[in-house]
Amino acid sequence: MNAGHSAAAVAGAPHLEQPGRATSILDLVGRTPLLDVTVMAPGLSPRVRLYAKLEGFNPGGSVKDRAALWMVRDGLASGQLHPGRTIIDSTSGNTGIALAMIGAAYGYPVTLVMPDNVSRERMRIVDAFGAQLIFSSGLEGSDGAIVRCRQVIAEAPERYFKPDQYNNPMNPQAHYESTGPEIWEATGGRVTHLVASIGTGGTVMGTGRYLKERHPAIEVIAAEPDDALHGLEGLKHMASSIVPGIYHQDELDRVVGVPTDAAYELVYQLGARLGLVVGQSSGAALWAAARVARDLDAGVVVMIFPDFGGRYLSTNLWAGWREWLQRNRRV
Amino acid sequence: MPVHVRIPTPLRRFTGGAEEVGAAGSTVGAVVNDLERQFTGIKERLCDEEGRVRRFVNIYLNGDDIRFLSNLETAVKEGDELSIVPAIAGG
Repeated sequence: MNAGHSAAAVAGAPHLEQPGRATSILDLVGRTPLLDVTVMAPGLSPRVRLYAKLEGFNPGGSVKDRAALWMVRDGLASGQLHPGRTIIDSTSGNTGIALAMIGAAYGYPVTLVMPDNVSRERMRIVDAFGAQLIFSSGLEGSDGAIVRCRQVIAEAPERYFKPDQYNNPMNPQAHYESTGPEIWEATGGRVTHLVASIGTGGTVMGTGRYLKERHPAIEVIAAEPDDALHGLEGLKHMASSIVPGIYHQDELDRVVGVPTDAAYELVYQLGARLGLVVGQSSGAALWAAARVARDLDAGVVVMIFPDFGGRYLSTNLWAGWREWLQRNRRV
Repeated sequence: MPVHVRIPTPLRRFTGGAEEVGAAGSTVGAVVNDLERQFTGIKERLCDEEGRVRRFVNIYLNGDDIRFLSNLETAVKEGDELSIVPAIAGG
């Protein structure tokens, strides 16, 4: 179609196209749009723009489609995933939904280990794809699911293919080959800052690596919860977590700690002001991006909005919504 | 100790790694105050400046969410189990 192809070709990567007519749901992964959200951060220099990459437009509904697709395709290519094997992984949600979708499309069974406090919508969605669920204790968070998943595999290792999003290099590679080139193309190479929240670190690592190769001055910033006990579903507070093998903090220019309540407030604002209802991690990315942008005289800040908000409507995210609305109507 | 309190991983740095601790009190709020007396700093993680349970924290009394009981005013008795569960799954 245009310049994006050449960007992907430079990296020697298979590019993703968004065909008008697809033969597989998997052909529709990637090629997500950027939305100008500068209006959400008042008081910036007029020469600063903020763009959100809306990963909710992926067919599985989140950024995780990319990593999951690359990991499964690599498993098929290497022979680690073959008929008779089940795809298994520990996930708090979006990766599970992506794997369930991809497993269904390729005809492989999928088993997912999740903490028992994931939102009801998530359980129902993976169920709809025909995946089997195993629950770990919500008290133990995502690390508990990681440990439980290891136990299940240890009982019959020959039965499973575990993509292992926390340690599989195909996770950041997916973003190196797709998310990065797409951002470079969509901004005409004018991007100056990338802001992405950390779940496994795959997005920020892979996208950041690609963009820095194109232009070393591009700054790569990760957003993480500001405390171990937080309400930013899908995100990891690194200091208190099992650090993913694919996460290399030394490749980042900055890490910004985001307070849960501030991220929730931005999710409310995005819905009411832009008609864009997203998940908690998008609120976190926007908060961090606004922080970065306010110190700039000029720049193009691109942030990743990992998903839309539909799958969080039953969660505590919306517990304060009515109160917020009343408070803001009064003002 | 009258009430058993189950502590989630992110708060175990306050309890010296303990997964379950004992605390005294006749209401959930009193138990939280007793936790603070034993483990300084823990209450601030659970409650906001106005003393309400933070939105992203769930407290269950014998399996029931206290938001659907009487919140911090919910009465507790000896042998009850209070679970503090992060509202989200994380990572």
